[in-house]
Amino acid sequence: MTSQTTDNALPDLPRTPRDLVPLLLVPALIVLSAPLFGNLSSWVTLTVAGLAMGMMIFLMASGMTLVFGLMDVINFGHGVFISLGAYATLIVLGPLAGWAKADSVWLNLGLLGLCILVAMLTTGVIGALFERIIVRPVYGSHLKQILVTVGGLIVAEQMIHAIWGASPITIALPETLRGAFVFGDAAIERYRVFAIGVGLSVFAVMYLVLNRTRIGLLIRAGVENPEMVESLGYRIRRLFVGVFVAGSALAGLGGVMWAFYRQTLTAGMGMEVMVLVFIVIIVGGLGSIGGCFVGSLLVALVANYVGFLAPKLALVSNILVMALVLVWRPQGLFPVTRQ
Amino acid sequence: MTDATLVLDGVHTHIGPYHILHGVSFAVPKGELTMLLGRNGAGKSTTLRTIMGLWQASAGKILFEGREITRQETPDISRSGIAYVPESMGIFAGLTVQENLVLAARSGAIDKNRLDWILSLFPALKRFWSLPAGNLSGGQKQMLAISRAIIEPRSLLLIDEPTKGLAPVMIRSMIEAFKALKEAGETILLVEQNFHAASVLGDSVVVIDDGKVVHRGAMAELVTDRTLQQNLLGLSLDAHQ
Amino acid sequence: MTDATLSSLPVSSLPRQGGLLRTILSADPPRSKALSLLLLVVLLALVATPFALPGSQPLGTAAKICIFILLAASYDLLLGYTGIVSFAHTMFFGIGGYGIAIALNKLGATWSSVFIGLVAALALSAALAFIIGLVSLRVRAIFFSMITLAVASAVLVLASQMSGITGGEDGMSFQLPPELRPAFKLGTFLDTAINGRLLAYYLVFFVALGMFLLLLRIVNSPFGRVLQAIRENEFRAEALGYRVVSYRIAASVISALAATVAGALLALWLRYNGPDTTLSFAIMIDVLLMVVIGGMGTMYGAVIGAALFVLAQSYLQVLMGSISESLAAVPLLASLTHPDRWLLWLGILFVASVYAFPGGIVGRLRKTS
Repeated sequence: MTSQTTDNALPDLPRTPRDLVPLLLVPALIVLSAPLFGNLSSWVTLTVAGLAMGMMIFLMASGMTLVFGLMDVINFGHGVFISLGAYATLIVLGPLAGWAKADSVWLNLGLLGLCILVAMLTTGVIGALFERIIVRPVYGSHLKQILVTVGGLIVAEQMIHAIWGASPITIALPETLRGAFVFGDAAIERYRVFAIGVGLSVFAVMYLVLNRTRIGLLIRAGVENPEMVESLGYRIRRLFVGVFVAGSALAGLGGVMWAFYRQTLTAGMGMEVMVLVFIVIIVGGLGSIGGCFVGSLLVALVANYVGFLAPKLALVSNILVMALVLVWRPQGLFPVTRQ
Repeated sequence: MTDATLVLDGVHTHIGPYHILHGVSFAVPKGELTMLLGRNGAGKSTTLRTIMGLWQASAGKILFEGREITRQETPDISRSGIAYVPESMGIFAGLTVQENLVLAARSGAIDKNRLDWILSLFPALKRFWSLPAGNLSGGQKQMLAISRAIIEPRSLLLIDEPTKGLAPVMIRSMIEAFKALKEAGETILLVEQNFHAASVLGDSVVVIDDGKVVHRGAMAELVTDRTLQQNLLGLSLDAHQ
Repeated sequence: MTDATLSSLPVSSLPRQGGLLRTILSADPPRSKALSLLLLVVLLALVATPFALPGSQPLGTAAKICIFILLAASYDLLLGYTGIVSFAHTMFFGIGGYGIAIALNKLGATWSSVFIGLVAALALSAALAFIIGLVSLRVRAIFFSMITLAVASAVLVLASQMSGITGGEDGMSFQLPPELRPAFKLGTFLDTAINGRLLAYYLVFFVALGMFLLLLRIVNSPFGRVLQAIRENEFRAEALGYRVVSYRIAASVISALAATVAGALLALWLRYNGPDTTLSFAIMIDVLLMVVIGGMGTMYGAVIGAALFVLAQSYLQVLMGSISESLAAVPLLASLTHPDRWLLWLGILFVASVYAFPGGIVGRLRKTS
């Protein structure tokens, strides 16, 4: 039996076009902003800086948007995992101070790798505890979720103060990651290139996991319709705990990257950057990983460009981006359909 | 009722403050297609959701193949061999047709012969195999939803209004597909509003109203007894041709 | 709004009998002996502080309690009665403070400056609250929480940077109208000098009291009952024909206006306003703690929560200091009980309140009586 003979009653449907416009926003912004700069070199420097910052924000925001998408859970305490990830570097940097000073790319990168590993493990474990103690009892009520996770945030920040002290701690970048590559007039900081590399790798891994594995399939299905996933015989709870832990670990990774970028640690650093994270999540569309990626780059690039071109506007540029996107698409760039 | 695949015994269901099911009892015989009929809001969908554990029964018992599943969680109920197609179909719009089916095949791989059989029932799916399921028409989505339920052998299919909102030509092919499923020996509990479809397909029938079973019997009997139809459903076969 | 739709909402009818007190309290009495007693103690203490406790520190604490009661009560209108979480409440608090500070600083120390500053601040707050509500509540209620956080943090940075207008990080001091200055003397009463400082205190006290009673009236009005109906079941309220978004936006504007008044009072009392006294995120957290620990959706919870919190801020730290010293031998415990860690314990209390006592202290007291 062939399809042509039996279902001629079903005409081919016009295929809904893939939603590409939001994907073009970032390249369009980069290209169209170029003429606004007097010289090419500052445009290059700012673009790289914006991309690096965007990648770091993406790391911090991706876990939160997935957690929301999958279980409708809004975690205002997510910022704590950023701070914890940043402070976890101290566990490695203390004993291995020599590796940071060594003039060896491999020792330096190894040190950063270890920092990332330890930070992700720490935040992953604490994420599991946070899910169990703080989040699990308040499923279904956004009001309670916001209150309780803010409570968890207060307690965790105070614990950081109790363990590592309340005053800011400075850390230094490993030797070979300091300084900049110079191309003509344009200076590109090495660490920013590293940050872009890490961000792109994580995005690629996430993309592959979500699109090429069974777990990814389950997550994507769960974001759309958790009840149906349960009806097909899968435990959405277990999936959710896994995503929560992974999201916390990603925030921890973002925290490490952010820590070396700022080179100053404070317990509130996570909460400070959460403002950008919220903007990015709203801009991208709650629950959408692709939207989160585009939103991160968009917000960071605009912040860097505006900071250079019109410093007075820099403070409100993020709010403006958010307002414009919401006027255009009230549910964000990539609205997640949920049944 | 030893040959019954599913038995409901005095099932009550509350949703929030509302008491929806008031002691529903009936059995679904093995290898038969049981129709669940009733007016809008009578409690048909709630019955299916309660069997799946998506609502918790507040009283009564649900037995599946002789084992009680009343308090079990939805994934366990599903894994014990019940497939469910909700009224909304529950299609994952962002996943391709293939991915929808792969997810439903819990063993991980789709059995080739079974897939060929399913695609012979619903040939249209082949053409949209690697497109997002959100692009399908309503009827094609329904085909996909049913395919998902039968992608692996299950002991019982719960299907909620598969002909809802479909064009007459689609309803006809849906009826053909259900006939094929009956031939294959599937046990099915089907909620239906379309009395014509119900009368052609049903072996036995359960009618519920206001959360109570008001009639149980053979479908053939209901089809021939116009007065009973009028009383139970307020409709006649002629009106719904 | 028709009678038919109203009667289907949880309406407890307004008083047909009962005295003046009942009318003042909008027929929403404390409903617990212990709570009534506590409220009476707070009220009497606040009235009597200038005469009973000499010195500027108790008076300052009392004024702060009055202002935070108003601030917390206005937040309760949003959090407890409307069921939405705003992180921009201190932004409106700050706008009120800056309105007074800028007007008195630039236009001179007169009552008309106070009036102009207050009206301008109220207008700005109302406009901002309206726009934020319109953009976010239209889509999803949780957008509101995130967007208020984003906007409030932008305003905080803005206020710290625009030093030409706001005084930047240092904030700005100003002179009060002559009648409110310490040098303004009317005589003595009960051995206490009646001066401008005392008048300023009672200005704060009576405005806060009046605003509190007004908020109590609002939550017990038909408008307030619709808010609660929306909080309980958004879809049902929508189905009954109430425009949920409009009601939420209105609640957010009213709440913002009351917070603006509180900010104006604080500036008048301190003769100063700056980012750290009114705008900071830390104060936002404090207000959240006050309302939740005191009891959401009760109004009286704001009184208890604010009074306890301000007292705890001043005196709990002393207690913790002595505990910490006695635990000096156990390093981690000593650091956990260090006076600076008092927020840790309040945070734990906060989380426990949300789980175990959703009605907070007031809910607890009402249950036991």
